[in-house]
Amino acid sequence: MKLKTTLNGKTFQFKDIKDVLAKANEPKSADRFQGIAAETATERVAAKIVLSELTVADLTENPTIPYEDDEVTRVNIDGLNLRAYNEKKNMTIGQLREWILDHKTTSEDLDRSTRAFTGEVAAGVAKLMSAMDLVYGASKIRRVTRCRTTLGLPGTLSFRCQTNSSTDDPESILLGIMEGVSYGSGDACLGINPVEDSVEGTRRIADALYKFMDGFQVPTQITVLSHITTQMESLRRGAPLSMLFQSIAGTQAANENFGVNRALLTEAYDLAQHEAYSAGPNYLYFETGQGSEVSIGADCGVDEMTLEARTYGFGRYFRPFMVNNVSGFIGPETLYDGKEMIRANLEDHFMGKLIGLPMGMAPCYTNHTSITQDDQEMATILLNAAGANYYMGVPVGDDVMLSYQDTSFHDDAALRELSHRLPAPEFHQWMMKMGLMDEKGILTPKAGDGSIFLR
Amino acid sequence: MNEALLKELVSRVVSEVMGDGPEPASSPACASGGEVPDLSAIDFQRVLGIPEPANPDEYLRIKGRTGARLGVWRAGPRYRTETLMRFRADHAAAMDAVFTDVPQELLDRMGLFTVSTRCQSKDEYLTRPDLGRQFTDETVAELKSKCKLNPDVQIFVSDGLSSTAVAANLADLLPAIMQGLSLNHVNVGTPFFVKYGRVGSEDAVSEILGSKVTVVLLGERPGLVSSESLSAYMVYGGYPGIPEANRTVVSNIHQGGTNPVEAGAHIAELITLMLQQKASGLDLK
Repeated sequence: MKLKTTLNGKTFQFKDIKDVLAKANEPKSADRFQGIAAETATERVAAKIVLSELTVADLTENPTIPYEDDEVTRVNIDGLNLRAYNEKKNMTIGQLREWILDHKTTSEDLDRSTRAFTGEVAAGVAKLMSAMDLVYGASKIRRVTRCRTTLGLPGTLSFRCQTNSSTDDPESILLGIMEGVSYGSGDACLGINPVEDSVEGTRRIADALYKFMDGFQVPTQITVLSHITTQMESLRRGAPLSMLFQSIAGTQAANENFGVNRALLTEAYDLAQHEAYSAGPNYLYFETGQGSEVSIGADCGVDEMTLEARTYGFGRYFRPFMVNNVSGFIGPETLYDGKEMIRANLEDHFMGKLIGLPMGMAPCYTNHTSITQDDQEMATILLNAAGANYYMGVPVGDDVMLSYQDTSFHDDAALRELSHRLPAPEFHQWMMKMGLMDEKGILTPKAGDGSIFLR
Repeated sequence: MNEALLKELVSRVVSEVMGDGPEPASSPACASGGEVPDLSAIDFQRVLGIPEPANPDEYLRIKGRTGARLGVWRAGPRYRTETLMRFRADHAAAMDAVFTDVPQELLDRMGLFTVSTRCQSKDEYLTRPDLGRQFTDETVAELKSKCKLNPDVQIFVSDGLSSTAVAANLADLLPAIMQGLSLNHVNVGTPFFVKYGRVGSEDAVSEILGSKVTVVLLGERPGLVSSESLSAYMVYGGYPGIPEANRTVVSNIHQGGTNPVEAGAHIAELITLMLQQKASGLDLK
C-alpha cells in the first residue's frame, strides 16, 4: 500500500489506513477533538489523493479496528457477499467513485453491489466525493423494505410521525398523531420515544397507538423507542409492536455502552418474526449518527464518519426495515456548525444507501450550537434531492421530550410537493379515502385539522 | 380620520419640515401605534389556530396537556407567520439560556460551595466534553478536604447545558431528595456545585469521594418549550469509563414535566433501591 505522497511542495507520510481516512475528512469538530484531523488544507487533500489510490481490498483487509478485537468489524466482514466483493476488490477508491457516478452503472447494479463493501470502503469513497457527488450518487440507489407496509418504493416519500410527550401522556401523544397523519406524516411509522424506559410504559404507549391505528385502519407501523430489551419483554407480554428499535454504533465498545450486541439483535429479530404485529420480513429499526462513539469515549481513535459507515455495515446484517440518521443530535463537540452538519448528513445518507440500508434522515440541531433552522432546512432539501426514504414529522419541528429540532409535519408536506413524490401506496389510498390528500399527493383544505379523529 | 385630526397632522408635518416642530422621536405620528404585543407572553396551549375545527373543545382540552406545537394550521404546506415567529422567539430564548450562569445567591442559599471541571470557558465546555468530566489535582484535594468521605450516596449539582434549569428546580428538588433519604436513614455526603460539568463528572466524583451511589442533578440542553429541564443521573459503584447503560436516569424534571418535588421523592426511592440491590441502570430490577 502506498501511504505517502508529495503535494504543493510538501511530502506527507500517513501512518496507516486509519490515519488516511481521518485526514481525508472534510473539517469536523470530533476529529479535532480526537486530535486526528488534517492540520493543513494541503494535508487534507494529500490524504484524499492517497485514499483514491488505495483499493477496495486494501480497505477491506485492513479494517480500522482488527477483526479479532471488535464485533462490529466482524459483522461488517461476515456480512459480505464474496462474489460481489471479488468483482470490486481490485478497484481503487477513485475508480469506485467513478463507477458509482457512471451513467452505465444502474440502480440494479448498485443493488447487486450492496454486500460488496464494508464500512471503511463506503466511508473511503464518500470522503472523495463533493456535496453534489453525494447527492447524485445516492439518488441512483433505492432501498425497499417491508414490515406491515412497504417503504422506499420509487416515487414515494415517507415519514415517521414522532409526537413525543414529556410526560408519556397517551392522550397528547395521540393528539399529535392525529394532527400528523392529517398532514400525511406517519406512513413510515407512528414512533414514540418514551421518557420512562419500562415494560409497562412501552406497552401503554403501544396500546394507545394501536387503538388509533386499528380504529381508523391506518396502514402503518407501530414502534416505541425504549431500550430493545424493554421492547422485547413488552412484545413477549403481548404489546402490539410492529418492529423493534435500537440505537447502534460503529465499535463494539460503543455498542456495549448501549447494551447491545450481535447476539441480542439476532434474538430480537427472531422474536419479532414470531411475535411482532407485522408480516415482515424486515422487523428492526436502527438509529445512528456521527459522533456517538466519540461522545462516550468509545471511538478507538477512528474518525466519526468512518465509524458511522461501520455502523451501517453492522446494521445491514439484521435486515432493518428502517435506519435513521440523527447527525446533529449530539452537539458542537461532534459537528460544530451548520456546514459540518449538512456535510455529515449528505455523507451518511450516501454511505448508508451504498451499503444497502433503507436510509431515513433526521437533519436536526440542538440549542447549544450555532446551527440554525435555515441550516437544518437546507440539509433537508439537499437530502430530498438525494432521495432519502423518509424523515421525521415533529409538531413544528420542536420535540418537547428530546429537546431538539427536527423536520415537521409542514416540512413533510412541502417536501413531497417539491419532489413530486407520494406517500407509501397503502397510506396514500387511506389519505384519499379520508379526504385529506388528492391523487397527486397535495393536501386538501381539510388537512391540518387533527380534531376530525376525535370522537 | 376626521377633518380636525387631519388638519392637525398636516400642520404638524409642515412645521416639522420647516424646522420648528417637536423632536422626531416624540412625534405622535410615529408613536401612536403603541407597541406590538409580546408574542412570547401568549399561552399557545390555549390557542387553536385551525379555522374550522371539527372538534375544537376536545382538541383544546387535550392540547392543554402538552407543550407540543399543535393546532397551528398552515399557509399552503408551510407555517403561518405567527407560528414561525414564535418558534424563532423560543429558539432565541433557549440559546440565550445556555450561556447564563447559575445565580450565586441560589447556591449560597442552598449551602453549596463551587468547584469547576477542567473547562475554563463555555466554548471549551461545549467542544471538549472530556475536560467536562475531569478535575484538576487542586480540585480533587479541595473536594476531599470539604466533603464527607465514603458516604452511601453523594449528591451534587451541575449547570450542564442549562443554568436556567438549575435555577428553576433546585430549591424544590434538592430538599425533597434529602428528606426522602433521611426518612430511609441513608448516609448522605456533602452536596456541592460543579461548574461546566458533564454527566461523566459523577464518575470522577465517585472515585474521589468513595461514594457507593453518586447522583448529579444536571441542567439538560434546553428545548424550545423546556429550557428548564433538569435530569438526575445516578450510578452505583461509578468509575471513569463505566458503561452508560449502568446509569439510572430521571429526566424531564421541570414544572411542565415531572415536577421537582415529586421527582425528588422518586429519586430518593431509586437511590434506596440501588443501595439495596447494589446495582444501577439496566442491572436494576
